[in-house]
Order: sequence, then C-alpha cells, then structure tokens
Amino acid sequence: MSTHDRGAAGAGDLLTLDTTDTRHRLTALNPAAKLIAALIIGIGLVPAVDAVTGGIVLAVVLVCVPFSGVDRRTLILLSGPFLLMGLSSAAVNYLYGEQGLEGAIGVAVRLLAIALPGLLAALTSDPTEMADGLVQRLKVPERPAMGVLAALRLIPLLADQWRTITLARRARGLEAGYDPVRVVRLFFGRIFALLVRSVRTGTLLATAMDARGFGTGPRSHARVSRWRAADTLLLVATVLLLAGAYALSARLGTLVLLFS
Amino acid sequence: MAVPNARGARVELSGWGWKHAGRATHALRGVDLVIEPGERVLLLGASGAGKSTLLHSLAGLTGASGAISGDEEGVLRVDGRPASRGRGGVGLVSQDPETQVVMARAGDDVAFGPENLGVPREEIRPRVENALDAVGFPYGLGHPTGALSGGEKQRLVVAGALAMRPRLLLLDEPTANLDPAGAALVRDLLTRLLSETEATLVLVEHRVADVVDLVDRVVVLAPGGGVIADGPPTAVFSTHGRALADQGVWVPGEEPEPDPAPAPGGSPRLAAEGVVARTPFSPGVRAAEPRVVLEDVDLVVSAGEATALTGPNGAGKSTLLMLLAGLAKPHRGRVVPRGPLVATDRRPLVRWPARRLARHVGTVFQHAEDQFVTSTVRDELRFAPHRAGLGAAETDAWVGELMERLRLNTLADVHPYTLSGGEKRRLSVATALSSGPAHAPDVLALDEPTFGQDTRTWSELVELLGDLRAQGRAVTMATHDRLLLRHLTDVRVHVADGRVLTASPHKEDV
Repeated sequence: MSTHDRGAAGAGDLLTLDTTDTRHRLTALNPAAKLIAALIIGIGLVPAVDAVTGGIVLAVVLVCVPFSGVDRRTLILLSGPFLLMGLSSAAVNYLYGEQGLEGAIGVAVRLLAIALPGLLAALTSDPTEMADGLVQRLKVPERPAMGVLAALRLIPLLADQWRTITLARRARGLEAGYDPVRVVRLFFGRIFALLVRSVRTGTLLATAMDARGFGTGPRSHARVSRWRAADTLLLVATVLLLAGAYALSARLGTLVLLFS
Repeated sequence: MAVPNARGARVELSGWGWKHAGRATHALRGVDLVIEPGERVLLLGASGAGKSTLLHSLAGLTGASGAISGDEEGVLRVDGRPASRGRGGVGLVSQDPETQVVMARAGDDVAFGPENLGVPREEIRPRVENALDAVGFPYGLGHPTGALSGGEKQRLVVAGALAMRPRLLLLDEPTANLDPAGAALVRDLLTRLLSETEATLVLVEHRVADVVDLVDRVVVLAPGGGVIADGPPTAVFSTHGRALADQGVWVPGEEPEPDPAPAPGGSPRLAAEGVVARTPFSPGVRAAEPRVVLEDVDLVVSAGEATALTGPNGAGKSTLLMLLAGLAKPHRGRVVPRGPLVATDRRPLVRWPARRLARHVGTVFQHAEDQFVTSTVRDELRFAPHRAGLGAAETDAWVGELMERLRLNTLADVHPYTLSGGEKRRLSVATALSSGPAHAPDVLALDEPTFGQDTRTWSELVELLGDLRAQGRAVTMATHDRLLLRHLTDVRVHVADGRVLTASPHKEDV
C-alpha cells in the first residue's frame, strides 16, 4: 500500500522530494494525523486521574520514541525539562494534594502522557509539512498558518540580532556586573532594542510576502499534503490504545474517574 | 497559458503624490511620468526622495488593500488600471535578501508567489524550474534557504519574482546588502535577464556606475516634489550630474575625491595573538554545528593608521573586528593591549570592565540602531562623558562640538530610532567618539561604516576618520567599499578561509 503511495508522490506533483525520511514511521506520517492523535490522547486522558490508565498510554508512547526519528541530542536535551516537569508536579501534589502519593503519581503520569505525544508530533514534523497539513487537511486559515511558518525563518536572525545587541551594550560601556537591579534593567533595555529590530524585520518580511501576492485571493498548493492509510491507522490505533487502557485499568480495579 | 514574460506593462502617473501616515509632508508630489512597455528606467534622487515609495506603490502595496498606509493623490496606472498586487503582473525585489525569503526550501520559496496567485498545481513546478534556471540557481529544489549566501538568496528572490511572470519588474537596490562577489552575481543575472525578457523594468540603485549600462532612461525625483530630470543616461548626467552629486547621488565620473589628512603612523595599540574563533551556537533542532571561522590569527593594530579588514561575507571580518574591539571572547588565543594602553589595563581586552573599554575603544556597529541606549540624540551623546565623570559644562561643550561636526545640531531632541539612515550612521559614529578621555578613544572599530551612505555622508565620514587618524588614533574597519579602501586605508587585511593576509595597498598599487 505504502509503496503505491510513494510511487504516486514521485510522479512530479510534490515540489520537494527529499523531505520525508521513510526509514522512520513517525516522520513519514502526515503531521495533521500526528496532531489529531496527540489531541485524542490529551482529551481522552482528562477523565482518568489514576496512575495506571495514564501509565499504560505513557508506556506505549515511550516505546514509540526510538522509532520516531528524533536524534539523540535533541532527546537528551528535552528529556531533562520533561522529567523535571513530571517530578515537580508529583512533588507539589504529594505535599499539598489530598490523594496522597498515589494521587500525586497519577497526576504526574497523566501530565507526561498528555504532553509527550504533542512533543513527538512537533519534533517529528517538518514545519513546512506541518503548515501544509494544517491548511489542507485541517482547514486552518492560510494567513496565520503561512505567517507562523514564515516567522519561523526569522528565529536564527533574531538570535544573531540578540548577540549583536549584547555586544553593542558592552561597547557603549553598559555592563551589569554583580548588581541584580542593573542586571534586570539592562536585560529589559536589550529586550526593547531586540523588539524594535524584530518589528522592523517582521515588517520587511510581511511587505515581501505582500509583494508576492500573499492574501489577495484563494491560494493553490504546490505541495500535496497526503493522507495515507497509515495516517488513518494511527488514529484508529490511538483510539484503541485509549480504550484498551481504560478497559485494562477498569479490569484491574484501579480506574479512578474525575469527579467520582 | 500565458507566454513567459509576455510584453511589458505600461506605467502612467499623473499628478501623483504620496504622504505616509503620520507625516506632515509628502514623500512625493506632482509626479508626471509615462513608462512605455519594455523600457528600462533608473530612478534617482537624494535619499528621502521617495524612490522606494514609488516602487511600493507600483507594486500595489500602498492601495486600499496594501500593507503601507498613507494618503494618495493623483493617478497611478499600470496597464490602464490601478496597481494591484493580486494579478501577478508585478515583481518586486528589495534590498535585504534575509527578509524576502519566505520558505525553508528553495523550490517552496519560488512556488510561494504562484501559489498566492492561485496558479494550478501542475503549472507551478515547471514555472519554478524555469525561474530557477533563468537565475542560474546552482542547487536543487529542496536546498535549504538558510544555507544560502546573500548573493544566492537574492538570486532566489529574483526567481521568486520571475515565477509570477511579471510584466513589470521593480528592483529596489537589489545589490545594496551584498558583498562585491554577491553583487556581481546579481548584476550578471540582471544583464542576462534583461536581454531575454520584455518586461518593463524600474530600478532604484545608489551606485549608478554599476547599473547605468542596464538602463535606457534615467528619471530623477526631487524630495517632496516630482520629476526634475528625465532622459537617456548620458543626457541626464551631462546636464544634471553635478547637481545630483551635490545632493548625494553616486553619479559616474562625479565620485567624491576626499583629501583626508595623511597618516602619521605610530606604535602598536592592540595585538591579536593566535586567535581562533568559531560561529556561535544557533538554536533549532536541525541547526548547523559550530564552524571555525578564524584559525590562529595574529594581527597588530597601530596608532595613526587605518586598518581595513576585507574579504567575502561570512569570512569572519566582523567576527575579527568584534574580537579586536574587546567585545567578544575568542575560542582560543587573546587580544591584548599594546603601547600606552598597557598602562590602563594589562589584561586581554575582553576582560576589561565595559566602562573602561568604552573609554579607550569606540565601536560603530553596522546597524546603528543596535548601539542606541537613550531616547534623544543629545542624551545619546551625553551618556558616555557623563558616565566618565565629566562636568556638566564640559560635557555640553563636547556634545555641542560633536553635533556641530556631524551635522546633528538640528536633531538634538529627536529620538534616535526616527532618524534617517545617514543621520543614524553619523550619530553612531558620534557616540563612539563621545566616550574618550581626550575627546576620542584610542582605537576605533567600525563595521561597514560607509554602507548605504550617500556621497555627502560618505565624504564627511572619510574626512572625519582621516582627522582621527592624523591625531594618532588607530582606525580599524571591516569594509568592502572600494573607494574607502582607496582613499583611507594604510593596512589591508584580507580575511578568507579562516586566515588573514596583510598587505599595504600603496605598495601594491604603485
């Protein structure tokens, strides 16, 4: 099935051909499908406050991580804040919550189980394909979707400008030293300078987009955001996973529903 | 299906004027101009004469649905209809390639225009491939736009405009932000393109000599007024050349001939010892790994001399300048003071407290705005002397002198961000000078000081820098301005492939 689809994609209607890394299942899926799957899990797990239901979902999603195509450096970089988020929410709930240790672990596991799929969807999707998927599959309006996509291009530019502004403050003789008040004041001075620069940069980009006819009428699409059988399969699997987790947790007698 | 680059558009303006929202005076007024299909027109005028505004209006950016707001008067017609950006007959290429590339991949970027015009999908790919061929784009459709050089990006932008099949091509200083190699790349492209296309061309360019062979008509605009000269290039320049040059326009054969004070020479002030620099960490999951830009660089900057750092964009000129100015820390090696500066502080410059550094090393950044820290021109100049502990009377006298010298005295209470490009440059130089103990720092580091300046500001800068050099200051600048290299350079340092090559241009020329 999938070979047939790829053959059709190679026929020339896809403008960029080198984007999809087919070795990894997750990067090859339609970003819109991944986003919906993440939403299904996010909403689906809200009613279950016990650790087992969320834990089953989290375990299955974690098993998918090695196949996601996310490189090791990014994973290591992101797992720190991710674990910190889980641990701190568990600690706060244990100390101040009413359900004791079990409730605290439940909250933390649920939080991670809701957050991880969204994170994976974002990391495994090319921004351009994500925008295409949002516009063509989920019917998100073109203007915000393409606007955000274009703005992403400015991030490295912004980082450069921030560095220059920092050097320029030193050149003018401004340095905070060890005075915390000055540290804060100087920081906001730099933020303001960066804001002025980025407004200018953003205006220039918007003018360039306008000059190329952006927002004058209905757009056509050079790239097709394809919905394959695998994408439907992902959604079905996601629903089955949720249903399975609830059923298993109910069978084990551990299921605790919100407001029950 | 339309023929590629079908017959050019006819442009007609009568009694046309434009006032930007919130401004008291018109940028342009009473413009009467007819451009016939296929004509190639160069628009000239002093800075502030509204050349870019006219291009934006022709591109349909100032109309009711446009992005730029203001008051329009008179008639502006492209092919007998009001200018509109929605029909795709017009392509605009502006100065800065960084802010014109929209998409992450080359093919997607060129397709952006046709997509916006609703061109059917099966027609887009051939259009994209044709446009990329036409500009000689050396990479594939999937090439990441972030990895392109400035000149290559600008080529891509031109391809993006061509893919919209324009009958009117508008170019707003397309080579202004590029290094000489990038500018040559785009100029070659324009020469080739214009021999093939029948599109009408309207071009704005400061460096007239570079483009005068591409056009068959020159139109001169007056600030706040209309057309003051119109005709073939040779006729316009022979009658109006002198006057244009006096207004700041770079006219061929009328380039400024500054006569800066001679260089006295002197002892070393700074020395770079075995400096290694890498590109900074850049954010993003797929960001490039840090790369070495300078490898084991040794360099001495001496008093009473002008040292120019040259080389292609991205070769590390600015990086080296920031290291010499003591602002950034090298990956390895160090920049140390020499001569009298050792008595001030013998540590490497990057370890100096900012206040001390500012008093002895003045830096001028390429984007002047980056270095403004107060809200009026006067406060900007008072800032450094005040912090250096100078008395109020002495400070005011010094600030007055600086404003006089750099023609800023009428702008004392204006916010620095609202100044024009030339005024901002003059103010940024003035702030760098304001901080020194004997009224100027020992070392001046300037990043592209003459970039985008008209001839008046250019001449003033060269003479000012010449005076500072004569006073025994060390003038260091990163530049690819050939005239600046000819008139005010004693030591030329070529930065390329991580290495530096030092040469004295006078010996080389003679």
